[in-house]
Amino acid sequence: MAQHEIEIILTRQLASCMATPVFLVDPAGTLLYFNEPAERVLGQRFDEAGEMPVERWSTIFSPMDAAGVPLPAESLPLVVALTECRPTHGHFWIHGLDHTLRRIEVTAFPIVGVADRFVGAVAIFWEDPGE
Amino acid sequence: MKVVVWGTRGSLASPGPDTARYGGNTSCVEVRADDGTVLVLDAGTGIRRLGMQLPPSLPRVDLLLSHLHMDHIQGLGFFAPLQRPNMDVRIWGPPSTTLDLRSRLIRYLSPPLFPVHLRDLACCLTLQEIAGGHFDIGPFKVESGLVCHPGTTLGYRIEAGAASMAYLPDHELRLGAVSLDGDPAWISGFDLVRGVDVLIHDAQYTAAEYDGHSGWGHSTTDEVVRFAARAGVRHVVLFHHSPDHDDATLDRLVADAARLAPPGLTVTAAAEGTAYTIAETR
Repeated sequence: MAQHEIEIILTRQLASCMATPVFLVDPAGTLLYFNEPAERVLGQRFDEAGEMPVERWSTIFSPMDAAGVPLPAESLPLVVALTECRPTHGHFWIHGLDHTLRRIEVTAFPIVGVADRFVGAVAIFWEDPGE
Repeated sequence: MKVVVWGTRGSLASPGPDTARYGGNTSCVEVRADDGTVLVLDAGTGIRRLGMQLPPSLPRVDLLLSHLHMDHIQGLGFFAPLQRPNMDVRIWGPPSTTLDLRSRLIRYLSPPLFPVHLRDLACCLTLQEIAGGHFDIGPFKVESGLVCHPGTTLGYRIEAGAASMAYLPDHELRLGAVSLDGDPAWISGFDLVRGVDVLIHDAQYTAAEYDGHSGWGHSTTDEVVRFAARAGVRHVVLFHHSPDHDDATLDRLVADAARLAPPGLTVTAAAEGTAYTIAETR
């Protein structure tokens, strides 16, 4: 595998030190990493899930709105950050791979390095404990 | 390919009797191809003596800056080729996230820090901004890549024929690698150094000294040996010596580091004037 950009390596390093769930993808949307706090929300360890394309991670967690209507991939904050290269925020429901339904809030933003290199995107998210 | 070390020190020039063998000048390395093409890696204070050695008949010299911390550019204004009207000088280096290379260099090469403006230099000066990627200079194939160090910092891999060397003078492996034993895709600088004949690499700290200096951008001697071994390097040259490390200390550090090296990996410490010759044809 080709070496990751330094901004991606450093983002993963930061994520590995954070108590906030973090989800990291490359410019093509391929999931590169999620940290241990994210594992609790997503219901699976990253070592078990592994890297996966955007088509898989955008559906595997069955994102849906409050009415239970499935959300199209292009409406997910991380996909917006990837395709439109802008930060975005949203909240929705997911089914963790442990079969638990959770409401999460997500903030996603593109990672743009020196010389305006678009090197990926990151989502930080919170499980809403009130739901 | 011939590689000559003109400045070995990191952070601050530290001349004196205690540093005479390894040298007190800051980072500068000359790389010369068999056809005479000259690359200069960084413009620390060691570049002054190098500049005086370059013949006026040399038509072109390419200076590759790893980054713009002072210990890597302080000698720039004293690089003789910059004042030669017929000399083609090309400076390659990184922009920041907000300033281009010219704007960054002008911050140093202008009053009050320096009396001569960049625009007033006599040579034919070209600035080439790079933030990674491949380019050719004469017979040299140069690969550049951003590495883990505060600010925008490049490492270089340089090949000529069968010869290869890499130059990562400032590089913090501890923050730049998820694990030195893990997937190389997650190790800063790995692709630049993979399998090179000679790697010149930051080794400013001992493991004990690293405590309290996390995030300052430098590696420890033992980490550098592990990194080089993992990447299949043949000869790693410890570089960017701490100004607090005198010759006796460096003797001890390189001996300790060499004991960690697996068979097939040579470990030495950079000393001013040392030359490494790497065959371009095999």
